[in-house]
Amino acid sequence: MRLLLKGGRIIDPSQNMDATMDLLIEKGTVSRIATTIPERKGEKTAVIDLTGMILTPGLIDMHTHLREPGHEYKETVQTGSEAAVAGGFTSIACMANTEPINDNRSVTEFILRQAQAAGMARVYPVAAVSKGEQGKFLTEFADLKDAGAVALSDDGNPVMDSRLMRNALEYASSLGIPIISHCEDTNLSAGGQMNEGYTSTELGLQGIPNTAEHIMIARDIALAEFSNVSVHIAHVSTAESVRIIREAKKRGVMVTAETAPHYFTLTDEALKEFSTNYKMYPPLRKNEDVEAIKEGLKDGTIDAIASDHAPHSSIEKDVEFEYAANGIIGLETSLSASLILVKENVLSLSQLIEKMSTNPSGILKIPGGTLKAGSNADITVIDLQKKWIVKADTFRSKSRNTPFEGRKFRGRAVLTIVGGNVKYSILSLPGRKI
Amino acid sequence: MKFERKDILGLKDYSRDEINFILDTAESLKEISTRKIKKVPTLRGKTVISLFYEPSTRTRTSFEIAAKRLSADAVNITASASSVVKGETLIDTARNLESMNPDIIIMRHSAAGAPHILARLLKHQSIINAGDGAHEHPTQSLLDMMTIREKRGKIDGLRVALIGDIAHSRVARSNIYGLTIMGAEVALCGPAMMMPREIDKMGVTVHNRMEEAIRDADIIMMLRIQLERQKNNMFPSVREYAKLYCLTPDRVKMAKKNVLVMHPGPINRGVEIDPQIADGPYSVILEQVTNGVALRMALLYLLAGGK
Repeated sequence: MRLLLKGGRIIDPSQNMDATMDLLIEKGTVSRIATTIPERKGEKTAVIDLTGMILTPGLIDMHTHLREPGHEYKETVQTGSEAAVAGGFTSIACMANTEPINDNRSVTEFILRQAQAAGMARVYPVAAVSKGEQGKFLTEFADLKDAGAVALSDDGNPVMDSRLMRNALEYASSLGIPIISHCEDTNLSAGGQMNEGYTSTELGLQGIPNTAEHIMIARDIALAEFSNVSVHIAHVSTAESVRIIREAKKRGVMVTAETAPHYFTLTDEALKEFSTNYKMYPPLRKNEDVEAIKEGLKDGTIDAIASDHAPHSSIEKDVEFEYAANGIIGLETSLSASLILVKENVLSLSQLIEKMSTNPSGILKIPGGTLKAGSNADITVIDLQKKWIVKADTFRSKSRNTPFEGRKFRGRAVLTIVGGNVKYSILSLPGRKI
Repeated sequence: MKFERKDILGLKDYSRDEINFILDTAESLKEISTRKIKKVPTLRGKTVISLFYEPSTRTRTSFEIAAKRLSADAVNITASASSVVKGETLIDTARNLESMNPDIIIMRHSAAGAPHILARLLKHQSIINAGDGAHEHPTQSLLDMMTIREKRGKIDGLRVALIGDIAHSRVARSNIYGLTIMGAEVALCGPAMMMPREIDKMGVTVHNRMEEAIRDADIIMMLRIQLERQKNNMFPSVREYAKLYCLTPDRVKMAKKNVLVMHPGPINRGVEIDPQIADGPYSVILEQVTNGVALRMALLYLLAGGK
């Protein structure tokens, strides 16, 4: 089966490409890109006209929570990977804080089997750094990598013990598997409900200071620099964090970083009505931080945008603010929210795709992030003009905890192709049943 | 003036006229409590539920007496903190109460914003916030302002020192809002660990030394220090706290000669307030309690009857 995508504007940062071209998919891989690819008679070729559309390497969300095993009522690998393709993601990495924790081969393999059965986005498990994410004993990095884990992270918890973190970074480096660090000094953040600042003072909610984040980022950078190994910083939210990472990069430290769309679109003032859909870790920060995050994205300090998709049901969220769980969903809003950066001239479209596809692929060392001939035909088609209003009830995710409910967005994924197969489409495709 | 609010959640967005109107109403109802028969039929047939998720003696009793003096049917519910974790959710509790058609629900909760959940959910009930976490305690502030106005004839232009654990105090927040709206000058002092970030943006001054805050004060409001905060290193010892922040006779001398000493209660004698001061001539602590009943009668009346 051949699939010919005609007339789209192809943006592929991996090849420095931004041109209106045709793209041919054969046997699940990109076979060729050219100004015009004729339809050959006699061969079965499905043709999709993408005039006016943007065609990019499939988006990769390197930070999601799929809740399976253990909390299937919030999300499963099936529903999470369906939400992924609906949001334009062809690959997602899922964090280890399931129940049981993904700290051994059997859980990693289970997730991969579920992903295979779901057959939607590619799912790359991230396994835990420490057993049970307890921060005491290392997991079997080599065995986990062998089972299919692409990275290691205790995400949800930091690795507070600096000695353990040093060992993890050095050992992971020797095995060629990245470490993703959730940076939080839990002594500083203990009891915190939201960002510490004027709004927390007004609301009487205990604050989480910026220092709780960047003290640990500084530590991880110090460890990586000392051992000459790499580290990836998850969900960067503060101005100081951006500055510390920027300076480290300048010195040549092998540090990469991601942020999430809510950290460059929302501030802690959103919490004034005590809505739990604005409660997550790290918390929404101040306007100065939002501006610094944008600056960090613009100058390349921040390499990637990831959703930190964290589904919770009404059981965890329809309660008093203090008792509500941290986390918001993002797979189905991440691209649209990030397109705001293009509109605001923070990033070019190509830079945005780099941060949502090419860079995540490079950091995790997974396929994708490119449309070079011979690569997987993982493709996202974006309609920049498509207006839509966020209605969580229509989401494919099982959970509804979005901070963007009712928000009017312009631009979204309209077609998602994984391995040459259409997994999501809101285009009317002539002669093709999706 | 008409009182248009459905709920009383916090003083942050109140106007000076609104506060004066509430205080006027409270003053006019105060006399009822001095009668031989301390009851009027104003709220007959109205049901008032008090839903307390935190222990309280003063506030709950004050509301109950206020409701009864207005002839409302008052029901008390004390929810234990454990039911929050294992039992019914707040939303379910609210729906169940709603099904019994009360008119007013008075709520205290350790979580900031909890009464706001009820206020949003229940379209036909008025919610009175009797203290939500460290957020607001509007009725305490209103009764404090009633006491100040009664004693001084005005609030505008007075200098008020607020001393103690500002960070964890809902009384402090409501009073900062209320007093600054009414034109008072508010000076804060407390241990650095208990002074919340950027609080000066609320239009108050922040002082490291208690003496600076109370110098020439017309009013000194002492806040209760929760002794268990010592465990979290919020202060090193009761002894040291008292040394720096206890209102002693020597310190009172630095304020205006006719200074009023206030405290929302319950007091820790010898910790934040010297017994000589608590029981002395400057103290209006018990008058605050008396005014609390009148003030709460006024709010019940305005929400349920005064339309």
